[in-house]
Amino acid sequence: MRDMKSEVGYWTFFIIAGIVVFVLLFFHMMIIHMDGLLGIFNPAGGSALDWKNVIYRSHSAFFTTIYIILLAAALYHGFYGLRTILFELGLKKRTQSFITIAVWIIGITLFSVGVFANIAVQTVKAAG
Amino acid sequence: MSNNEKMYDNRLGIIGWLGGGRWGIERYLYIIHRLAGVGVLIFFILHIFEGNLRIFGPEIWNPVMKVMEHPVFKVGELFIIIGFAFHALNGIRLILIELGWAVGKAEEPVYPYKSSLNTQRPLMVIMFLLATLLILAGGFDLMFLGH
Ligand code: HEM
Ligand code: HEM
Repeated sequence: MRDMKSEVGYWTFFIIAGIVVFVLLFFHMMIIHMDGLLGIFNPAGGSALDWKNVIYRSHSAFFTTIYIILLAAALYHGFYGLRTILFELGLKKRTQSFITIAVWIIGITLFSVGVFANIAVQTVKAAG
Repeated sequence: MSNNEKMYDNRLGIIGWLGGGRWGIERYLYIIHRLAGVGVLIFFILHIFEGNLRIFGPEIWNPVMKVMEHPVFKVGELFIIIGFAFHALNGIRLILIELGWAVGKAEEPVYPYKSSLNTQRPLMVIMFLLATLLILAGGFDLMFLGH
């Protein structure tokens, strides 16, 4: 029964994360993939992937915040989804617990790597 | 789930995931949704490492972005745009239905019968038109504006 309750919690969070990802990733894709059409948040013009544009966003508190939230939400949503797919194979309870722990560890590690870069990039010089 | 509850075998295994049989189109969308989800997840894990290269400054970032201009990566990017647009819009459709929207109230079956498909099919079509629009905009930008 307790397992069932926490599963409902995990799932609800998965759906909320999906909606958060929808909003933020939409924004990310508009900036990165409609740069020719819209050109928003690309002050140096040209491609969104040009260094000057990338470092402008990386140095902004607004984008740093958005990236950290998107990292967390997309990792949670993606790994919960992967866990669902694996569980549907009809695994033993022990295997299920193992997968749950493994995806938490992998997810938190990747999140830490991403957060580290977001902080480290603040001291990288913009010129170049 | 209690410990003494019987676990059933997933008799069909991976074939059970991939085959849709004669179920409706939504059953096939579920397969594509799953493939797109896993595809974007794999991309995203690589993306965390590749995006992090910006901490090494322009000396590293610029040459890496030059490599990304290769047609193989451009086609890969197009696939990510398609996977994202499909999974995102189809995901919103699923969330709306899972929350009970477009399911309808229980009522007496009086002829001509009303079916929740009457609202769910149009919802699906709308989501697909929106996804197509996104793919066209992103694809046009990538392929013709060269971004
Ligand atoms: C853009 C916004 C997104 C929305 C609205 C969304 C929505 C959803 C929903 C509702 C499901 C559950 C499907 C079901 O109940 O059968 C799902 C599954 C999944 N999503 Fe997303 N998603 C989004 C983005 C992403 C991203 C960015 C990733 C990868 C990092 C991802 C990976 C997955 C995976 C692996 C599944 C499991 C598929 C399955 O169980 O069949 N999703 N998504
Ligand atoms: C092919 C498509 C994509 C391209 C070209 C792209 C490009 C970029 C670039 C250049 C950055 C560095 C920051 C900046 O320039 O502002 C970035 C960061 C980021 N992107 Fe993407 N992106 C793509 C798709 C995605 C997808 C599908 C997701 C989510 C699943 C995503 C999530 C993120 C996150 C979370 C960050 C911040 C990561 C970090 O700092 O560790 N991106 N992206």
